[in-house]
Amino acid sequence: MSGTTTATPEVVIRGGTVVDRTGERRGDVRVVDGWVVEVAEDLAVPAGATVLDAGGCLVAPGLVDLHTHLREPGREEAETVESGTRAAALGGYTAVVAMPNTDPPLDSAESVRNVFALAEGAMAEVAVAGAITVGRSGERLAPMAELAALGVRLFTDDGDGVQSAGLMRRALQYATGLGVILGQHCEDRSLAAGGTMHEGAWSSRLGLPGMPSEAEEVMVARDIALSRATGGRVHFLHLSTAGSIDLVRRARADGVPVTAEVAPHHFTLTDGCTKGYDPVFKVNPPLRPQTDVDAVKAALADGTADAIATDHAPHAPELKDLPFDQAPPGMLGLQTAFALAVTELDLPLARLLALLSWQPAVIAGLDPDHGGAHGGPVAPGAAANLCVVDPAATWTVDPTALASRSRNTPYAGRTLTGRVRHTVLAGEPVVIDAEAQR
Amino acid sequence: MTGFPTHLLSMDDLDGDAIGDVLRVTDSFAEVGRRANPKVPALRGRTVATLFFEDSTRTRMSFETAAKRMSADVLSFSAGSSSVKKGESLRDTIETIQAIGMDAVIIRHSSSGVPARVAEWVDHCAVINAGDGWHQHPTQALLDLYTVRQSLGGGQEGLDRFDGLRVTIVGDIRHSRVARSQITAYAALGAEVTLVAPATLLPPSLEGWPIAGVRHDLDGVLATTDVVSLLRLQAERGSGAYVPTMREYSAGYSLTARRAMQLPPEAIILHPGPMVRGVEIASEVAELPSARITDQVGNGVAVRMAVLFLLLGQGTLEGDAA
Repeated sequence: MSGTTTATPEVVIRGGTVVDRTGERRGDVRVVDGWVVEVAEDLAVPAGATVLDAGGCLVAPGLVDLHTHLREPGREEAETVESGTRAAALGGYTAVVAMPNTDPPLDSAESVRNVFALAEGAMAEVAVAGAITVGRSGERLAPMAELAALGVRLFTDDGDGVQSAGLMRRALQYATGLGVILGQHCEDRSLAAGGTMHEGAWSSRLGLPGMPSEAEEVMVARDIALSRATGGRVHFLHLSTAGSIDLVRRARADGVPVTAEVAPHHFTLTDGCTKGYDPVFKVNPPLRPQTDVDAVKAALADGTADAIATDHAPHAPELKDLPFDQAPPGMLGLQTAFALAVTELDLPLARLLALLSWQPAVIAGLDPDHGGAHGGPVAPGAAANLCVVDPAATWTVDPTALASRSRNTPYAGRTLTGRVRHTVLAGEPVVIDAEAQR
Repeated sequence: MTGFPTHLLSMDDLDGDAIGDVLRVTDSFAEVGRRANPKVPALRGRTVATLFFEDSTRTRMSFETAAKRMSADVLSFSAGSSSVKKGESLRDTIETIQAIGMDAVIIRHSSSGVPARVAEWVDHCAVINAGDGWHQHPTQALLDLYTVRQSLGGGQEGLDRFDGLRVTIVGDIRHSRVARSQITAYAALGAEVTLVAPATLLPPSLEGWPIAGVRHDLDGVLATTDVVSLLRLQAERGSGAYVPTMREYSAGYSLTARRAMQLPPEAIILHPGPMVRGVEIASEVAELPSARITDQVGNGVAVRMAVLFLLLGQGTLEGDAA
């Protein structure tokens, strides 16, 4: 390496501990032209290389979010691909799966191509989840094969569950022939319609219409039966109740091909947070009581949950100033997920990174085994999609300092442990010392 | 007099002592209401706004009458005629009103929690909840307490505790802000509260509610009831779907003449209004001497004067009110 110009795309990540699915080891990581070329202790720094200090840090494959609402097209006042991927990079993510509930929804080759075009040059790779049904209206199947041909691996009507069991069965049958996964937002509308928070002691006191746990659980049970019958793979989005987790745990023990994600707010916040009627705590599925929070944590500990997914859902401030029952559900998540996992979960760091990086990469089909560039071992020849995280650093969440166009984080003012120091996307340090580089 | 909260958002804001203060101050203002010129200068120079995002004739009239009898300036906003209809956000509406300068805003809204949110947004302005969604309607509960106290031999030296009093609340408790306020209010004074409703019209959870019990048969409890408080079946909140038919509901839960006869002789009947005669109460029962429904309305003005006075009044009761 000559290193004669500053444009030389060479990076050395120095002084950290490399963690990936193969284990942990001390080592510096040298990156050239987007690829990891060397992992060893005390690497020499070539002239002109960018040095990223990883002292006290873990160097891991970049995080992968299975559940991001980028809002573009249609809700650019809340978020854009540009602002959302900047938030992702600052959160340690090198890839996000964009949810299809945009306007228009991602239910056609044209709309998927449009998002891919918007994502060119973005600060994280953007994968797309296609809609299962046309218009996400739950009536007829979207052109899943056409979308799969564009690289769509995960399909979901997220925001809504597929209400018809018959249509869901047909979708699963069709999906088996395409090798894709169906993600389900489990919410039976006949039980949950009109609900604004978890139905229970708090909703009863506050006089707010509730969404009972069983609205989620009946659809989890139904889809397990449909997955068992068809062999179609179901990925359960943002599971939030002890009952759902128990159903999934048993289904997996029986060999049913289902996976599950949980969201940070479901292991950190309870339905009691809504007592002041602040819509920043309104989310779907809703915040649940402590027993459910404990069950979500247990699912992460015992492997029932495969991934922590943010459900990053930006909303413009004026919408979150509406009365609780009229405000839209959703919370920001990309910049707080890693820290919340470190702060709130009593799990080894390598396990947290598995839940945030290489396990979701496999579900999204973004890992090297599926031809992707995320979540693989940090070794020579691997794509340089990396994050460098400091598990001991503390910081305080300031909504106005987040990269999102929206401010709806429920963690304002909370001091968290665990901070993303650097993020490297395809060899480029897009975040250095917790600052976005573009 | 004990400390009174800054806002009245929920009956949870008032303990037994604070409720006692309201009842005693109400005695004085009830006396004002009986004068030929029922007006006192207690809130002269103060400005009070009623902000009703949900239609209500009786509650708004009651509050505005109360404020005017205390010589306050009263401004009246209603969602139908204001900028709210033009798409202005709730927060902007509140900031506008705050900029005009208000000492108190009295809010009714179809969404639970709006008064609580508004209380976080304002400075130096008392917020009074005049009914929010299914959540609370504290002044209705206070006027019920006052009416009960009157009937128990109250008046100037009336009882401030309801220990042992058996209160039965009947009907659509699930969707009722009145019930949520009443239950807390009666319990704070020591009364024993029993809820009577079909299971579908109860809240999903009663965990932590200060009640003595729940029954599904009205006939079984009337003989041991001192106060029966009826609630309207709130068809506009969708409660019609919670019972098969109105006829079936009335058969089980309407206070008919036959059922009213099971009540002890001293028992009283309350209804927050508006009544649907023939559904939750038989027309002839509403006319019985034991039905204090008109008293409730009359007491509403005096109770609301007391609440305004305790939230805004600077001087002593003796000096200002009487």
